[in-house]
Amino acid sequence: MMSSQAYTPGLKRKAATMVQKTRKLPIPGSMLVKKGMVVKAGDVLARTFIPGKVHVVNVAGLLGIDVWDTSKHMLKKEVEKVEEKEPIAMTKSFFGVFKKYVYAPATGIIERISDLTGQVILREPPVPIEVDAYIPGKIVEVIPKEGAVVEAPAAFIQGIFGVGGERKGEIKMTAESPDEALTADKILPVHNGKILVGGSLVDLAALQRAAAVGVKGIVVGGVEDGDLSRFLGYEIGVAITGHEDIPLTLIITEGFGKMRMSEKTFALLKEFDGRVASISGATQIRAGVLRPEIIIPRPELEEKEIAERGEEKEFVKHGLVPGTPIRVIREPYFGALGVVVSLPVQLQWIETESEVRVLEAELEDGRHVVIPRANVEIIEE
Amino acid sequence: MEETQKRGFNPEKIKVILATDCGSTTSKARFFKKLGNEYRFVASGEAPTTVEAPFEDVTLGVKNAVREVEELIRHKMLAPEGIVCRTGMENEGVDLYVTTSSAGGGLQMMVAGVVKSMTAESAQRAALGAGAIVMDVIAVDDGRKLHEKIDRIRYLRPDMILVAGGTDGGTISHVVEISELIDAADPKPRLGAGFQLPIVYAGNKYAQKHIQETLAKKFALRIVDNIRPLLELENSEPARDAIHELFMEHVMSHAPGYDKLMKWTPAPIMPTPAAEGRMFRVIAETYKANVIGVGLGGATTNVYSVYEGKFVRTVSANLGMSYSICNVLKEAGVKNIMRWVPFDLDEVEVRNRLRNKMIRPTTIPQTIDDLVVEHATAREALRLGFAHHKLLARPLRGIQRARTIADIFEQRTFEETYIDMLKINWLAGTGGLLSHAPRRAQAALMLIDGFQPEGITKLAQDSVFMMPHLGVLSTVHPKAAIEIFEKDCLVRIGTCIAPKGTGKEGEEALKINIKMPDGSVIEERVKFGSIKKVPLKETETAEITIEPARNLDVGSGPGHNRDAVIEGGVVGIIIDARGRPLILPTDDEERKQKLVEWFRALEAYPEKLYELCER
Repeated sequence: MMSSQAYTPGLKRKAATMVQKTRKLPIPGSMLVKKGMVVKAGDVLARTFIPGKVHVVNVAGLLGIDVWDTSKHMLKKEVEKVEEKEPIAMTKSFFGVFKKYVYAPATGIIERISDLTGQVILREPPVPIEVDAYIPGKIVEVIPKEGAVVEAPAAFIQGIFGVGGERKGEIKMTAESPDEALTADKILPVHNGKILVGGSLVDLAALQRAAAVGVKGIVVGGVEDGDLSRFLGYEIGVAITGHEDIPLTLIITEGFGKMRMSEKTFALLKEFDGRVASISGATQIRAGVLRPEIIIPRPELEEKEIAERGEEKEFVKHGLVPGTPIRVIREPYFGALGVVVSLPVQLQWIETESEVRVLEAELEDGRHVVIPRANVEIIEE
Repeated sequence: MEETQKRGFNPEKIKVILATDCGSTTSKARFFKKLGNEYRFVASGEAPTTVEAPFEDVTLGVKNAVREVEELIRHKMLAPEGIVCRTGMENEGVDLYVTTSSAGGGLQMMVAGVVKSMTAESAQRAALGAGAIVMDVIAVDDGRKLHEKIDRIRYLRPDMILVAGGTDGGTISHVVEISELIDAADPKPRLGAGFQLPIVYAGNKYAQKHIQETLAKKFALRIVDNIRPLLELENSEPARDAIHELFMEHVMSHAPGYDKLMKWTPAPIMPTPAAEGRMFRVIAETYKANVIGVGLGGATTNVYSVYEGKFVRTVSANLGMSYSICNVLKEAGVKNIMRWVPFDLDEVEVRNRLRNKMIRPTTIPQTIDDLVVEHATAREALRLGFAHHKLLARPLRGIQRARTIADIFEQRTFEETYIDMLKINWLAGTGGLLSHAPRRAQAALMLIDGFQPEGITKLAQDSVFMMPHLGVLSTVHPKAAIEIFEKDCLVRIGTCIAPKGTGKEGEEALKINIKMPDGSVIEERVKFGSIKKVPLKETETAEITIEPARNLDVGSGPGHNRDAVIEGGVVGIIIDARGRPLILPTDDEERKQKLVEWFRALEAYPEKLYELCER
């Protein structure tokens, strides 16, 4: 069968699944946990040290000596430790009457003395870098020198785009229905430390109000591009996010503009209202695709339930087939839900005059439409 | 041919060729076969690239793309261990497999030199020419403080560093200072934590000993001939070759799955832009022409120029049509994108649409208005990419030279590019958006609006995106690569005739006498501000005489006639009298009307678009 893989698999939305998170250091380091250990979200799993900050001291210039004489005037040798403001080099003039010193700009070690450039490189002590568990769970794998894999039973929901890094907080619903917008007046001081779930949209005023009251995260269907840019203070160019310097994490589940949150996402979040979640806005849209996520740890889950509820439906495993529920992810039917009616094998002309692989779908409102397969995603609702 | 013999196979016996390109978003397989006496393109397949998590094995994407080809033509090529060699069965195996790669962000380099506008600029050109994305250029005089440079080097985590600086026999302390900074920063490679970062040194040869002492312990150091042995000489070949070797030995071998992929192919894996650039050089060499080429990709825009023998490539790392489409929005501004849209559309709507394309980059426009918005964005990506290119395609700095009378008359300074658009003979494009444009006239207009060719320029495009595949193939089997390139890859869109200069809307800009292949003569009078199409088929030529208005130049000087023999194409002859530079009307209604007029003149879009514009 000539099957096409040209469809978006859709975002994961699971009430019960076994979530595994690989937590790695950026450079090799030492492990603080062992396989089988149970960890809390904030526990440090691995630690390393990155070389300290470097100071370049123009010793020859400061002493007024020839560059090739630099090491002769050094009071400290390479790899020797120095304290801040300690003299590291000296020159004498007028038969030793006048002395001129160069002092260490920071505490560290002398790494290099160059008689070619007259510069001395001083390095501050190493800086520790740590990686925490992010979710409470069990260490199921240790990656030597790099990190570990944490596993936990949880509800797992992916968004389509986010900004802001990893945060933890209690989920708080602010909308009655998925098409309701999250406005500033709905954000109260009691929402400090919470992850607020809205419906279809969050506007600039609401984002600013949320930041002011100390909200940890916002999960909504959509946001206007202009509002997001104004909130961040700049425009995002490339879709690699997660390191923004903002006080909260924003996750949008559907797209840009006013977008009704999908029923399933909304219902799932509602089910876990009041529970603590770990969220991350980190998004990287390239091969592999990193999407923002909401993880709600569920230690109470039995393995059997995870197996039953976590099992993927047939159409998710096999891609598009007649009867597969889909959502359209591009104009002119953006956001519409429907089911696949047929999947013609032959390429077909569309309005743009492109010849593409299409599917025929019946939308919720009864319309029969033809859509490029690339413009739908499978939903599990 | 030498390469192939070195690898122990006879090019004459090669009948079936498979080539892949592992792009940042998609892996593309192209299947070629010897049919009779010539090599031809047969089929293609595409699948998402799998170099990053959760797959972390590039060969999965390659296999998926190849599987599509297998299904299409019922020719078995895959086995669990890789690509099947030919077995003697008609529909099984390949004789040669080659591949390029820009997966995982391509080859990301940092370059360093002593003087920003001299050795550092030469190093930048060499790295770009080798197919790299240049993350930053560090120079002694770049205006940053030493600790800022160190922090920057540390933060970047490139795949490789190229260090240049000083002419042979010149001062050595500056280039040693740069190497000391790199040593102090101790940057780690992006891929393969724990491995040594490769560094190519191509500076003052008398500093080599000191560089060795400073850098050899921590880094995989390769020393090559100086990139600027004399101020007036740029020698980038040795540095470029070293970059390619290190790319294979150090960078590719640490990328997920590449150890397997490298075993599948007898030829070195080339960075995609290096292979693409090679084919633009083939055009220049084959037709003895000055060529501008562009690869408009999902993540980046690569611009190539081969001008009077000089080859320059630039990459605008974040100007692309899929997941970096919003960088085009950011760099160009929404107004510049919207100026190419001939119907009413809310600015907020345009922004949201582009953002939604960014987050779902594999979706395609279904409606005509959506297609036009993408094409508008592409024009801006091309314009910005070319502006960036011109900054590097400029004369060598640091040389004393006499200004000629022509320089004085044209008020030209050496700050400006040496590319004279009137002397460009070919303008060619590749990349998904250009190749997949439903009508070739759309690609033609995007290229013309983005690059604004002047005088007489041939327009061409890659039929189904196979220039990188042919570029890498040309390193082992040039005959096959050139045959396929001529027959199946290069689509001749036509010839663009565009006078340089501006005039008054509605006044006659030029008169052209066209002697058609059947002997008939057509006289075309074209008014300033308009564009016109005259059909002339792909294989046909016509003799023309152009008589431009007094202040307009088509290559023989303002107001001077020009005779030429021009080639046709799938669109034909495009007479573009809209002026150079091309300025769109400031009045919104007038601008929209003009766009519709131009689109109609080239029959660029279906009638549905014009109905939409009238609403």
